[in-house]
Amino acid sequence: MNLTAVRAIYAFEMNRMWRTLFQSLISPILSTSLYFVVFGSAIGSRIPEIEGVSYGSFIVPGLIMLSLLTQSLSNAAFGIYFPKFTGTIYELLSAPISSFEIVLGYVGAAATKSLILGAIILATASLFVELQIAHPFIMLLFLVLTALTFSLLGFIIGIWADSFEKLQIVPLLVITPLVFLGGSFYSVNMLPPIWQTVTFFNPVLYLVSGFRWSFYEVADVDVSISLAVITLFLVSCISIVWWIFKTGYQVKQ
Amino acid sequence: MLDSALPLISVKNLEKTYDGGFQALKDVSLDIKRGEILALLGPNGAGKTTLISAICGIVTPTGGTVTVAGHDIIKDYRKTRSMIGLVPQELTTDAFETVFATVSFSRGLFGKKRDDAFVEKTLKSLSLWDKKDNKIIQLSGGMKRRVLIAKALSHEPDILFLDEPTAGVDVELRKDMWQVVRELRESGVTIILTTHYIEEAEEIADRVGVIAHGEIILVEDKAELMAKLGKKMLMLDLHEPLKALPDALNRDGLELSETGEQIIYTYNTQGERTGITSLLQDLSDAGIRFRDLNTKQSSLEEIFVTLVHEDSAQSKLNDETKAKDPAEAT
Ligand SMILES: Nc1ncnc2c1ncn2[C@@H]1O[C@H](COP(=O)(O)OP(=O)(O)O)[C@@H](O)[C@H]1O
Ligand SMILES: [Mg+2]
Repeated sequence: MNLTAVRAIYAFEMNRMWRTLFQSLISPILSTSLYFVVFGSAIGSRIPEIEGVSYGSFIVPGLIMLSLLTQSLSNAAFGIYFPKFTGTIYELLSAPISSFEIVLGYVGAAATKSLILGAIILATASLFVELQIAHPFIMLLFLVLTALTFSLLGFIIGIWADSFEKLQIVPLLVITPLVFLGGSFYSVNMLPPIWQTVTFFNPVLYLVSGFRWSFYEVADVDVSISLAVITLFLVSCISIVWWIFKTGYQVKQ
Repeated sequence: MLDSALPLISVKNLEKTYDGGFQALKDVSLDIKRGEILALLGPNGAGKTTLISAICGIVTPTGGTVTVAGHDIIKDYRKTRSMIGLVPQELTTDAFETVFATVSFSRGLFGKKRDDAFVEKTLKSLSLWDKKDNKIIQLSGGMKRRVLIAKALSHEPDILFLDEPTAGVDVELRKDMWQVVRELRESGVTIILTTHYIEEAEEIADRVGVIAHGEIILVEDKAELMAKLGKKMLMLDLHEPLKALPDALNRDGLELSETGEQIIYTYNTQGERTGITSLLQDLSDAGIRFRDLNTKQSSLEEIFVTLVHEDSAQSKLNDETKAKDPAEAT
């Protein structure tokens, strides 16, 4: 195992974050704060409690998930797309490192970034609304699994994409709708029955629900199912990445 | 493993067919000796970059094997790749990193412990030290090329590949670069460079491999190649211009210049007799006096043009002899 190389990639990617601190951290924090102001305070105060939780508090886990998903995805996708785009990937390919180490470096850095982001949003949220975390350990588990899984998914998108359009299209057309319809802002049983059924096909729902459970012990689905879904998702992403490197798909001629 | 008689890099029957079905390398075999400078010479599209990329792990060969110091480049890729530094043909660099950071990164990527002193030494040897805190995007093309060289050298490789290092590079950098290459060779680094400029191969290489249409046409010591295939021209400046050559002088390779002021004799240095002595004797017998004489050796360029020409004409007829010794076809 070439740990020096993994560290080099990891440090390089983290460095990129510090350099682009504004896009990486400030803008998601700003937009989340706006959500809190609008939904938490302005509109939220007119919305009744959901299962005993005030609306402002209710949406916090969903908002963190929303940022975590989109940021993991775009950080990782961009991180690996960029060397492909500029051609600097030649260096990765000619270095004495395994594909696993490349993934560890890139995905590790992307996941770290979104975890830092998640923590900051959580801290920001606590300024606006009252929070309680019933199961901190499970909360952390969800954070880490989600950050990892979606960083891997981002990595896959970054490898698949051969243009900036493609790089943006999946997050825009697939992930954003899934996240908004994944119960971040509402409880599933507030929907008409037919839409409830549709929603259960949305993997993001299981994440948000499980994550919210770790805060308030209220959930749309059982937390163990949530954990199973995210694990399944993680395993699928790992398998795809493994296949990518085995076949050299979009990486190596 | 350190037996210097064994080739450092051994390429055997290497094939590469790209996804589109284009075969860029056809049964390429090549041994590279420890400590030499080998120039791979060939026109654009010959397969130089593909060959280098295959050895370095950027392109997956579709056939054949490559070993570096006895290690297979696929099975033992960690060993072989950590011995190799690559300067790619394109100026592919990060944009917003500083020079120092990007070179340090390369070192780490190749598994070497951080060593600022070594990076400093490398940057200084490439006249990059005063640019160490500059972002790469602020550098000129020549400077970027230096950065790529510094990156390739950052992990102290035994082998350095330079893919068209002087493309788009000014004279000064070119001189500096050859200086660096010579110093590296002295320190024991084996250097493989590709070029389609003959002068470059002529200037710096110990051996020259000629590649065209995905095939290695020949590999020869530069001096031997020059001697073997080099035609020499003897030019005699006459006292009095001649209208025509006297019949007594008539022989292969002899001509009179258009002005009639010069006699040009082309001979093969490889031949047992050059025929110079008898020519001079005959000249003196014919009473032709000359003021001055000089000789000119044909450049690699001329040799190369001949070779590639011959190759395409010959390839249909005979594959065997040409690969072994193109001189036989001459
Ligand atoms: N990725 C690729 N896919 C398909 N064909 C390629 C690819 N890269 C190079 N080629 C083709 O292979 C041949 C050799 O290319 P290359 O090795 O770059 O030549 P050189 O470096 O000698 O100019 C060229 O005809 C080129 O068009
Ligand atoms: Mg090339």
